[in-house]
Amino acid sequence: MAADAGKVDPMKQFQIEPLVGQNWDIAGFNIAFTNSALWMAITVVLLTVFMIGGMKRQVVPGRWQMAVETFTGFIDDMLEANIGKAGRKYVPYVFSLFMFILFANLLGLLPVGIIPGVHAFTFTSHFTVTGVLAVLSFSIVLIVGFWKHGIKFFTLFVPHGTPVPMIPAIFLIELFSFMIRPFSLALRLFVAMMAGHVLLKVLSSFVIDGANYSIGTTLIVALPSFALMVAISALEILVAGIQAYVFALLTSLYINDAEHLH
Amino acid sequence: MDAQAAALIGAGLAAIGAGMAAIGVGNVFGSFLESALRNPGAADGQQGRLFIGFAAAELLGLLAFVVAMILIFVV
Repeated sequence: MAADAGKVDPMKQFQIEPLVGQNWDIAGFNIAFTNSALWMAITVVLLTVFMIGGMKRQVVPGRWQMAVETFTGFIDDMLEANIGKAGRKYVPYVFSLFMFILFANLLGLLPVGIIPGVHAFTFTSHFTVTGVLAVLSFSIVLIVGFWKHGIKFFTLFVPHGTPVPMIPAIFLIELFSFMIRPFSLALRLFVAMMAGHVLLKVLSSFVIDGANYSIGTTLIVALPSFALMVAISALEILVAGIQAYVFALLTSLYINDAEHLH
Repeated sequence: MDAQAAALIGAGLAAIGAGMAAIGVGNVFGSFLESALRNPGAADGQQGRLFIGFAAAELLGLLAFVVAMILIFVV
């Protein structure tokens, strides 16, 4: 359903537009540099700047180094708590994953739209992006699991003490819940980000249309909607952090399954 | 009833799922807070489990949202 002219279309913000190279093709696939790719590049650059600025290794850390060390310490503690000693070697991956998602979520909330012609784009609100991240996590689980335990990895699907007659049913259920993991992981992040942004755009259309219609609707509709928008924006910052944390947390739990089975 | 109208009603019904997930998420955090106040010393160690429960409850609400979005924009 297309939006009427002059109305705010809440889905417009998710549109992927090629910026350069509309006709770059590899084997029939277009590889144009899109706004999605641009925001990924911005995320990586900012993340790199943030990390390099905080890796001076001073004995007495400054504020910046303290900020970076808080994040690394946070992920380190999480892996230590969930996986144990074996978790240390996954710190680089889970840390990159967490920071990339966190920065992406927060950058998508930046009000850069006040500059004409510039649109913030949250690439974590696309299933393709979160799907690739989830498949990355899932393949690490599979590779580590089969590498460490070989064929015994399948005992993951049969918890200890399962009665023998129940084994086929439990095996199927556990297998299904295992195979659904990358989907639930990707879906959670993508829908949480998309829902928040759609909500903000719907509220913004209340503000714009209400303020344009008359003084009465400005007072009754537009101003309360604007207040709600401010509150929802604060909630979205919280959600951005929580979703990045949940993605990293679930990844570490799944890796724990691969490391230690049940 | 024409198909478009039915799809929109279905999308509205899917919002019930989002409300149910809100109950679930509230339940997770409420129970956590209740027990955290009884034994504050053990609360910090359970934060991981708190967020696992939150993620599981929230996922189902998000699925309801996906159903609504599919009904509005795809069907």
